[in-house]
Parts: sequence; structure tokens; C-alpha cells
Amino acid sequence: MAKIIVDDIEVEVPAEYTLLQACEAAGAEIPRFCFHERLSIAGNCRMCLVEVKGGPPKPTASCAMNVRDLRPGPNGEPPVVLTKSPMVKKAREGVMEFLLINHPLDCPICDQGGECDLQDQAMAYGVDTSRYAENKRAVEDKYIGPLVKTSMTRCIQCTRCVRFTTEVAGVAELGAIGRGEDMEITTYLEASLTSELQGNVVDLCPVGALTQRPYAYHARPWELVKTESVDVMDAVGSNIRVDTRGREVMRILPRLNEDVNEEWISDKTRYIWDGLKTQRLDRAYIRVGSRLRPASWPEAFAAIAAKVKATPANRIGALIGDLVSVEEAFAAKDLITRLGSANIDCRQDGVALDPSLGRASYLFNPTIAGIEDADALLIIGSDPRREASVLNARIRKRWLRGAFPIGLIGEAVDLTYTYDYLGAGTDTLSSLLEGGAFAEKLKGAERPLILIGQGALARADGAAVLALAAKLAESVGAVKEGWNGFAVLHTAASRVGALDVGAVPGQGGLDTGAMTAPGGVDVLFALGADEVDIAPGAFVVYLGTHGDRGAHRADVILPGAAYTEKSGTYVNTEGRAQLAARAAFPPGEAREDWAVLRALSDVLGQRLPYDSLAQLRAALYAAHPHLARIDHVEPADAAAVSRLAGFTGPLERTPFRAAVSEFYMTNPIARASAVMAECAALAKSRLAVAAE
Amino acid sequence: MSVRRLAPQELQPESFAFTAENQAWAEKTIAKYPPGRQASAVIPLLMRAQEQAGGWLSEPAMRLVGDMLGMAPIRVYEVATFYTQFQLLPVGKRAHIQVCGTTPCMVRGAGDLINVCKRRIHEEPFHLSKSGDLSWEEVECAGTCVNAPMIQVWRDVYEDLTPEDLENILDAFERGETPKTGPQNGRRSSEPVTGLRVLTEASLYDGSMVGKGEGLAAALAAIAAAKAAAEAPAAEPAAAAAPPAPPKNDPAPAKPPVAEAVKAQGSADATGQAKPGADKPNGVKPS
Repeated sequence: MAKIIVDDIEVEVPAEYTLLQACEAAGAEIPRFCFHERLSIAGNCRMCLVEVKGGPPKPTASCAMNVRDLRPGPNGEPPVVLTKSPMVKKAREGVMEFLLINHPLDCPICDQGGECDLQDQAMAYGVDTSRYAENKRAVEDKYIGPLVKTSMTRCIQCTRCVRFTTEVAGVAELGAIGRGEDMEITTYLEASLTSELQGNVVDLCPVGALTQRPYAYHARPWELVKTESVDVMDAVGSNIRVDTRGREVMRILPRLNEDVNEEWISDKTRYIWDGLKTQRLDRAYIRVGSRLRPASWPEAFAAIAAKVKATPANRIGALIGDLVSVEEAFAAKDLITRLGSANIDCRQDGVALDPSLGRASYLFNPTIAGIEDADALLIIGSDPRREASVLNARIRKRWLRGAFPIGLIGEAVDLTYTYDYLGAGTDTLSSLLEGGAFAEKLKGAERPLILIGQGALARADGAAVLALAAKLAESVGAVKEGWNGFAVLHTAASRVGALDVGAVPGQGGLDTGAMTAPGGVDVLFALGADEVDIAPGAFVVYLGTHGDRGAHRADVILPGAAYTEKSGTYVNTEGRAQLAARAAFPPGEAREDWAVLRALSDVLGQRLPYDSLAQLRAALYAAHPHLARIDHVEPADAAAVSRLAGFTGPLERTPFRAAVSEFYMTNPIARASAVMAECAALAKSRLAVAAE
Repeated sequence: MSVRRLAPQELQPESFAFTAENQAWAEKTIAKYPPGRQASAVIPLLMRAQEQAGGWLSEPAMRLVGDMLGMAPIRVYEVATFYTQFQLLPVGKRAHIQVCGTTPCMVRGAGDLINVCKRRIHEEPFHLSKSGDLSWEEVECAGTCVNAPMIQVWRDVYEDLTPEDLENILDAFERGETPKTGPQNGRRSSEPVTGLRVLTEASLYDGSMVGKGEGLAAALAAIAAAKAAAEAPAAEPAAAAAPPAPPKNDPAPAKPPVAEAVKAQGSADATGQAKPGADKPNGVKPS
């Protein structure tokens, strides 16, 4: 710790703090453009100049100087930093004047207008007139992909975007070419960015040089209503802010949460919103012959009731899809149980996760932030870059710090960090249990992390693979006092929550495979189940949002609300319950899914005992108290991992396949989005070029 | 300076590979850097690639260098566009004329040289002449200001140029010859144009002066005086041969006797040449 006096306020800060951090600790505000907490220090915008007593007799860039670099006063007094002196004021005005020399005055037509760092800081620290009479520099716009629109004349060359793509996203694609006045930000040969996190450069850009292409000229920031919510595109549960205008979602931005997504979100999370407007189910439908006929709610309910009443209870089942909130899963399970059936399953892909073994058997136990504490990592049958992009950035962050051996069993993919490729399938996993170079690395590690992807579990031998992984975790000491390194990485936002409420087959119940097989069940309630093929024969009631695979198979369609249109709890892969808030209203006659289930239960003669969401939540929290602790990770009892390790089963020799093959097309909202379709086509063409 | 971009696609070669000799050299260069720091070799490798490819750097060449050093192509591109020593467009097959236009050369007539280039090669820099043999550009200081104005072609410099000299040089290049490098006005290097003016007597170099020079005697006396002054301070101001202490307000610094002696000799040499400033001996040191 070192003492420092900032504007007459003495503070004690760690010696490795930069002056900028120290000034902030003392409550002084320092303007900046290039400095960003999560990126390396560039020190090129010069906006953060401060006056340092005892230092050189010129303004100092506070972002690039450490407190420990300052000299004390002649009698040992703490060093003095001034942030409000005339020198600092003049320096800031000078820097701002230089920045504005070549910056176009197009704020009225700029998408950044209203939320622009340059605009704000020019107001706060600039002068009110320009002395510059010469021509301004103009820069050609670059094409860097379908997501990020460029307007490079506005660029002030802070290089945040270059540093983000290189350091956090792990793709060295953006760069600054040329020098001085002619410096330009571009990709090599103006190729599209390939990162799944590229949208974040728009947030980082302090000016309007990089803006969101799909959102271009759509809305102004002050027109938007901001709702804090949670993302459901993957199981990370990234914290987001949904910006709406009227009924329309205009854009989605990240929200800071150090424990989950820091301040990044994936492109799928960010650019999904146009999918919320297309292919929507806005009224009920009933299948007549081979066609779906629009129907009213009572008609649809009557059709379902007639079918259900004519069906024995054990021939009724329910599937929970990937975007379903905990409340709905809970209500669906309640309804199915009341109907007298045990046929319910939330595992559309058939993964071998069993909540009866204990919560630790299906959670990402070390937590996402805990990745940074781990000192060795084994990835089994997963491609975290595509399954959980933001989590992958966290792994990369840990890897960049060094001393972090990473091994991978499964598909050899580009994860933005290097790893030891150990093998493709179960043989490698078994051999790792017997020893080997990487097993030694895991054993030698203080806190090893075993990451199991859904690709390794969605197989006939999934349970045996999971058990094998648990056994490995036990043998290398990944499960011990104070550290549980057994980590299941989910891909579906609904999965952990549904497993928590026990939406799996009960005594004698059928699982997904059995229910969707020919002759499985006679009536199947599919709650947003779009990732599974249901064999002909069953009467399918689809409750969902989009005209996707599930709706095409349905006999009755009940229109539901998408994740931005309802309040719901989602539990992320680490077991953190988070609340998604309603930002807009469902279209047409669509209603919130829990309300649909409640109304349906009445028609089916098994009325669910809650008339409001609050009552539903009360029932949910009474049954599963840990879900009431919002934003909190309930540590799971590690004994479940040991129980898991005791299981053995036959293993297949087929290689593991990653659960997500097409990053941009994993759910019905994404498949309805034109932006995602463009990205997917681009990714596919890149893949084709790479294969040549 | 202007915006620097890659050459258009139609000018880019299909591929680029180092010759066996350059490859070996490149590997040796890369090996100079510790593991993980190979990227440090990017500038020498790019320079060698440029020399091999006839003076300019193509996209395949950058890509190759990037692959050799484990760098992303954009990182190599950044370096290649930053340093103006790398030519991104094809240059003249026989010569790329780099005319220095920085102040000393400009004062000595670089503008005339540029006019010659504009007339003989192309109105615009970085454009090939009709034959494709020549191209030119204006560069910043190339470090031979004493021989201004100058041009640089590949690794050679041609100095002390007049427009006529440049015409002759261009003629020679067009004929496929390599003109004589260095100063074009008869100088060997950067000695005075007017010939040597000091230290010209033969006696300085034939050994006859050894141990006899007045300068040496004066120097020895000065050393002795300084020693004496140090041993007997203030008390004996008029010691032996010590120079009188300067008056307090004398603006001229005290000159040791040795300088006076050299001055006398220097003035004798300069007699009749009337070179301005020749009688200011302050900068002359006894050799």
C-alpha cells in the first residue's frame, strides 16, 4: 500500500495501482478514451493527463503511470497528484481540441449520439469553439462483417477494438495500419471478423466509428426504455439490458456482472433481437388434416382437453425446451403430476444427467469466476468457444496469465488458446485415469478443473462417461475441501433450472427418447421443444414462440412469450438463479407461458393452485428454497461427485462431438433471425474455405 | 506521408518464397531472438523479402513472413504500412529514386531534383516510368546532409547532386548500368568542397615536428602552471606561467595558453584565404 494525495485528499492505495485508479479511489473523475480496465494499457489518447508534483514538469498520462513510480516529497510526504489544476484543465482542453480536429461534426446522424464518450467529454472538458479552419481528414469505411458497421472518419484511434479482439476475443484480426494522421483501423484485407464476441467492440468504441450494423439508424438512446434482464442463448446466463421502444426490442446490451459475464456478451446474445419479431406465433392454431387452422384460445383448449380426457394418464408426457424458465418447468411438472403421469423430461438432447444424484453432479461447480482460480483444465467433449463464448473468454483470460495447462478430449477446434490435444473419445478418457503426462499435470495442480460438455453426455454411454469424468476428478484431487473442480458445461438456459425442479421422468416415467419414439406417448406437451424430432402418432401440444421445428410438428399450437416478454427465473450452468424481467409484451394473443399452463390446467380439470406469478413463485420457493436466492450460487454438496464416480457402464469407442455445431443457429429465436442467418452463412463459407 | 495500402490484386504475384540462400539467412535471423520473441525478426525479414522481390513487398510475401514468425497477417501488415522503407507498390525495375526533401537537401536544391524526377519518370511519386524501369519518391532525411542534395537508390547514395548529375544517373540506370555512387562533384566523402585549409603543412606529417613544436612546449607549460596553481592556491596569484585571473566581469572566457598558440598557427595557415570565421579558434583543438 502506498499513500498518495489527490487534490488534497490523502488516500492509501496498492502501490501497483495506476494514477488513474488512485485518483478514482480518491473520488476524482479522470476522463479517458483509450484506457479500459479489462484491456492492456495503450496510453495513446492522452485524455487522462494529470499534474504530478515532484514528477516531470509536464502533464502525465495517469493511466500509464503507477503510484509506486512517484517520488515522495523532500521530507517524505506522500506524492501529490492534481486533477483540477490549471495545467490539467489546459492539457485536457488541448487534447480535446486535437481529437476534435479530425472528428466529423455528424453527431445528429451518428448512432453513437447521446451515448458517446467523445460527446460527453467534449461537453465536460473541451472548449466551446473550434480554431481549426483547414479541411478535416476523411477515412474510407472498412467492411469488417455483418455485425459491426464502421464509420472510420469518426475514429479517434484509441485502439480499444484492436486490443479487445487480440486480448479478450483471442482473434488477431483487427489492426491499426499506417501511422500518424493516416492511421486506420482495419481487418486484414477487409475480411469479416470471425469472433463470437465481436459485438463488444461496439460497446468499447468511445465514438461512433464502430456501431451496430443491425441497429443502424433504428433508434436514439434516449427513446429507449431499458430493462435489466438475463440472456438465454446459452447456459452462461449473461446479464443483459434489453432496450425497447414501445413493444419492440430495439437492441440488447451487456450488463456488468463480474461473476458471470464481466461486461461481455456473445454476438448471439446481442444480435438475436430481430428474431424476436419474425416467425412469431401470435395466436393459437389447431391442426385440421395436414394444415394448421387459426383458432381461439377456448377452441384450442377444448381440443386439448378432449384429447387428454380420452388418454390414459401414463400415455401423457411433457418435454421442456431449452428456453423455458424455471417457473414454467415447475408448473409443467406440477400439471403432469396432477394429471397422474410421470412422463416429463427437460433433457431434449438426452444427456445423462440425473438430479437424483445430487446437484453437484450437473453443475459447473467451480463457478465461472472460479475458472480464474483454477490451475489446470481438462475439457471433455466440449467446444466452449461455441457453447459458452463468454465463459471461453474467461478461460482465455486465465490462460493468458500463464501456468495453466489445458487438455482437450473431443473435437480439435480453435478455442483461441493453445491446449494439449489428448484424443477424441472415451479411450483417451479411460487412459487418462490410468496416468500419463497430462494426468500428472492435473494431479500436480492445486485446483484442477474438469469441464464436461454436453457433447460427451448426449450419447448412449453418457452416464458412464460422466461417471468416468467424476472418477477422474476424484483421482486427480479436483474435489476437495474448498474446491470442487467438477464442472458440467450446459448449453441450454433452461436445463439447470429444470433439473433443479426435477423435471425428469419420475417412477416408471418415460424420458425424451422414449416419449418421442414411435408409440411413445399419445399426448405430448412440448414447451418450446424445438431441438427434437417427435415421431408421428402422438398428439403434440406445442407451447412456444416461433414457427420452428416444434410448431411444424404440432397438432395444437399455443402461443407463448419469448424471454424478453416475461418475467422468469433462469439458473445458469453454475447454478446461479437469475431473474429475467419483462421488457416488452408478447405479440397478438400470445400470453406468458405459466399463465397458459394455469389456464390449460383449469380446462383439464386439474387446476394449478396459483393465480399469479407471485403465488407461483411462492410455491416454487417453498419446494426449492435455493431458487429464491437470486443472483447467488448455492454451493452443491460435493458428495454427489463421489456417488457419481461409483457408477460404471459400458463405453462406446465413438469420438465425442461438440454439442453446438452451428453457433448462430442453436435455438428457434436465432433461427428466425436474419442477422444470425447471415452470420451462419458467413461462418459456413469460412469453414468451406478452410476445408479446401 | 499518405495513406499506404497494399497493391491492387492484379499487381500481386501468385506466391512468394524465399530463395534457398535467403531462407537460410532468415532462419539464422529468427534464431537470434529468444523463443516466443520471434516476431522481433519481422523487420529484417520483410526487408529481405522486399530486396528479393525487386524492391517492393507483396501480400504473399507478408503472409509468408507472418507464417514464418507465427504472427497474424494483420500484425505484419501493421508493420509494413508503418515503416515507409517498405514499398507496397511495384517500383522501377532498374531503380527506385528516393529523393531526400528534408531541410538541408531542400535548401541545397532538392526541389530541382524532384522536378527532374517528375519530368523524367512520372509526374506523381510511386508511379513507374513508361518503360517501367524507374520510379521515384520523396523521402525524409537519409542522413547525408553534409553532401546535400542527395538521392538513394536501393542501398546506394548519390550525393552532391545537380540536376544535370541526376539526369546522367538516370541515363545510366536506363542503360542498365550502375552509376558511380557517392558524391558526384569530385569529393571523396564529406571533406570541404574548397579543399583542406588546416593542418596542411608537410612538416606535420614527416616527423620533423616531433618534440619541437611550440604548441607542445606551450601545452607542457600550461599543465605545469595548472599544477602549480592547484598546489598553491590564491596565496600566490602571480605564480610562474599561470595566466592572469580574468576580471570578474570579463565576458570572454579565460583561454589557456595552448589555445592561443594554436590560434597563432591557424591564423598563419589561413593567411590570404580570407575565410570568414577562420580567425575564431575556439572550435579548433590541438590534434
